[in-house]
Amino acid sequence: MSLKPFKNIGIGVAFSPNLKANLFEAARLAVFFNSKLFLIHVGEASTDKKTMLKLILKSFEKDNLNFEVVFKTGKPVDVILSTSEEKNIDLLILGALKREGFLKYYVGSIARKITRQAKCSILLLIKPSVERVPCKHIVVNGLKEPKTEQTITLAFYVAEKLHAEKITIVEEINREAVSVKVDDDKSLRRATIAKERIKLRENSRIKEIIKHIPETYTKNKLIKLQPIFGKQGYSIGHYAQISRADLLVMNAPKKMRFWDRLFPHDIEHILTELPTDLLILQ
Amino acid sequence: MSPKKSNITTFLKTIPQNIFSGFVVSLIALPLGLGLAMASDAPPISGVIAAIVGGIIVSILGGSHVTITGPGNGLVGVILVAITSLGLETAYVAVVCSGLLLLILGFFRMGSLADFFPSSAIQGMLAAIGLIILGKQFHIMLAHKINREDTIDYLLEIPHTINDAFHYGTKGLIYAALAGAISLAIMFIYSKIRNKYLQLIPAPMWIVMLSIGFSYYFEIGLHEPNPIAKEYMISGIPSIQNIIADLPSPNFNGFWSLSFFGSVLALTLISSIESLLSIKAVDKLDPEKRRSNVNRDLKALGLATIVSGLLGGLNVVAVIARSSVNVNNGASNRSSNFFHALFLVIFIVFFSTQLTRIPLPALMAILVYTGYKLASPNIITKMFSIGKEQLIVFFVTLIITLKIGLITGIVAGVLMTLIIHIIINKNSGLILRNVLKPNVLMFKEQDARNNFYVSIKHFCSFLNYFRLKQRLDAVPENQDIIVDFSLCEFVDDTVLENINNYQELFAKRGGNFEVIGLDMHDAYSKHPFASRRLLPVPKIIKNSLTRRQKTMESLAENYDLNYHSKKQKNIQFLNTFLFFNTKKINHIYNELYEKDKSIKLFDVEFTEGEFITKNEISSTMLYINLNDIIPQFTLDREGLLEKVYALAGFKDIPIENHSDFSNRFYLLGENETEIKAFFNDDLVRFFESNPYYHIESNGNALLVFRKERLASIKEIKSLFDFGKRLKQVISSV
Repeated sequence: MSLKPFKNIGIGVAFSPNLKANLFEAARLAVFFNSKLFLIHVGEASTDKKTMLKLILKSFEKDNLNFEVVFKTGKPVDVILSTSEEKNIDLLILGALKREGFLKYYVGSIARKITRQAKCSILLLIKPSVERVPCKHIVVNGLKEPKTEQTITLAFYVAEKLHAEKITIVEEINREAVSVKVDDDKSLRRATIAKERIKLRENSRIKEIIKHIPETYTKNKLIKLQPIFGKQGYSIGHYAQISRADLLVMNAPKKMRFWDRLFPHDIEHILTELPTDLLILQ
Repeated sequence: MSPKKSNITTFLKTIPQNIFSGFVVSLIALPLGLGLAMASDAPPISGVIAAIVGGIIVSILGGSHVTITGPGNGLVGVILVAITSLGLETAYVAVVCSGLLLLILGFFRMGSLADFFPSSAIQGMLAAIGLIILGKQFHIMLAHKINREDTIDYLLEIPHTINDAFHYGTKGLIYAALAGAISLAIMFIYSKIRNKYLQLIPAPMWIVMLSIGFSYYFEIGLHEPNPIAKEYMISGIPSIQNIIADLPSPNFNGFWSLSFFGSVLALTLISSIESLLSIKAVDKLDPEKRRSNVNRDLKALGLATIVSGLLGGLNVVAVIARSSVNVNNGASNRSSNFFHALFLVIFIVFFSTQLTRIPLPALMAILVYTGYKLASPNIITKMFSIGKEQLIVFFVTLIITLKIGLITGIVAGVLMTLIIHIIINKNSGLILRNVLKPNVLMFKEQDARNNFYVSIKHFCSFLNYFRLKQRLDAVPENQDIIVDFSLCEFVDDTVLENINNYQELFAKRGGNFEVIGLDMHDAYSKHPFASRRLLPVPKIIKNSLTRRQKTMESLAENYDLNYHSKKQKNIQFLNTFLFFNTKKINHIYNELYEKDKSIKLFDVEFTEGEFITKNEISSTMLYINLNDIIPQFTLDREGLLEKVYALAGFKDIPIENHSDFSNRFYLLGENETEIKAFFNDDLVRFFESNPYYHIESNGNALLVFRKERLASIKEIKSLFDFGKRLKQVISSV
């Protein structure tokens, strides 16, 4: 069995100083995943722009990069969303912003809107670079959700393609899951036992998932399971930051409502302070 | 985890000890109860009622182990205001209501309430309470009853009272003032005298016994009436029959007034804060190292306060001074609190007439001393040493509490702290944007050690300390925990003080609590609790060492090593190691080395790749300089090796006859035959029997480290020891 989840990769193109780095990142991924790259530009078509893009991507010719430039006018969010549906894009690459003066990254308003509404997977890059930075460590969520099995499988696929050797599966467990409240030594003891039990259960659930993944993707990988008792969607970001992961892979969030945005949870936490490159899988 | 013991036998065995400590505590509780009640303008017996009710109910239902409950110092100011503005009967209703609120707080598990207040504000509030007690009672102590509007007026009038005391004309007043002055002297001198027999009876009881003896001496010995003026003797100690007959009838007049609700709120706030602080402090004293169930204690205190209020007593709180006496006298469980109440009942039933022989000034001297302790100049010097900004908070809270009231005072203290934090950070965004974020991550590191690792982001101050506390409380105190502040831009003194408490607690219970990542923060003073802010430009000379640095310093002294905390740019010796091939080293700091520099341990800060400014990594490493030439190699746990080595074309080198070693370790190097020869039986056995480290050789030196993060002191010690032994083994090869 071989997976090929990302047939078409899309990236929004603006003629900014970051253009070359963004294009290089996207092109490299397209080569790794053996997919077609769509460069989506919001604005009028012109031969100047086309030649410039071609010039930048010239160095990928030897890798047989297959790419197409799409010009369309309109609002950026609408253009990118509609184009990605028309062209059957499976993976959309977006750039993150750096907060002024701080070494913190967050997702800008346009990218955030796209992230919320897109029907395809999203890759948010915090530090696109012309030269390749090897991806060594991937952190993936192991939430108890139907999507998780697919997410973990794809994370292994990505790891294989990007030659990452280490995968950490973080199982975020709500602290409410521990029914015992810690008050004194006795309840602490009971809570500790309850936690151990939950950890074992979670670990065996994840191990079961890993068993189902084709061995070509799991062999030669260092797999680590890390149960964390903490806020869902937040802890994994914090963990990815301190464990210096190169890529964080997460399930796409369930349908968002107004309240969910007002009181950030799950993925919204990570969007406000991106710890590393983030791949959101549909 | 202790095995299940036969609880009843241990309980019975400890009963005599608990009866004794209960007795000693009751000796203090009696005069303190009378005095605190009188200081709050309540009938003297109401304080004793609170102690009795509290002792009985909390000892049966409470969740702490060796705390003593009774009327509290902190409440004097509040009850005073309640009684003067509401009248005694309505004040009892307020006490009952605050008991109800406490009960509710307990049920809603609000035991962490006290954690939301900055410690300087609490100190300021306690000092204000101390001044309220001291200011009012000082005059009575010197037999000079006055009535003033404002607490500050009472304080300003103290010199006049002292002056007046030297010019009393009547014998009654002179004796009264003398009793007060002598009692105060006893309180101050008592702790300085270390005499086994003298210390058997606590100072307040000495005062009571001396004054009762004095009165008998005049009555029986000289056949004269007590020379102390009648109005300066305790009056109105009812007999037990009277207490039962004269239950106060609750008066609901003014129930709906603002001042009533203000009083209820203040009573609840202060009694919960005082109780929670006391419980926290007493837990540190507990010889059996148990953890108190704070919420259960709150519930019990609430119930006790309700009953006490109905019987005509004051609020019941957990009290620190009496509890510490309790522990010192060998109490081991809650029964001592029960016996303390029982002895109080006995005193009241059998000796209530004797109590009227106590002169008021003597009793008030005990309170003046308590007030002085709460507002002593030591507190101010301590505040000052933590940081000048703490003094601002302290005085703002203190003055507003004295001028307006307790609730306003503490609110002002909290606001002031917040403003100062914003000014210190020159940035309100850091606090406002992140205050609601769940900024604490804790997990158990999934390796052999099974440490708990806690990382805190953004900022950590009194505003969000409760999140950190929640996590820390879920860790058994006999475990190892590492708290990492390196992602945290600002840490305030309240948090550091609490962290320090945790460190003491963990140290006592066999665990290990370490703080890392504060070394790069700048502090505002040399005190270990001084607020710390992460410097954007880590160039400024730092003026204070963190606790970790200080421990490293003392480690250096104890093991005859040199320690150097400053940053160093002299890092060429590291560049020859393969590990740093793709990394840029910024500097090394916290260097710990042997006198001959053959082994040195240091924290190193490096970045991965040129353009990734984000990934600044700090790690603790050990460098061993060898005198001989050895092959170049890299040894690590199977599979943990990074891509770099694979790129360089290295392969795992198997060592013959040591399949276990080859299975567990990944050995890489260019010169396979030399390496195979180098890894002889001794060396292999050494690696097999010791914990895993990443070890690299560049031909004449070794680099040893475990994790890409700073090591705790415990880890530093074992790393250093490992390095020393490794050097021995290698030099014998």
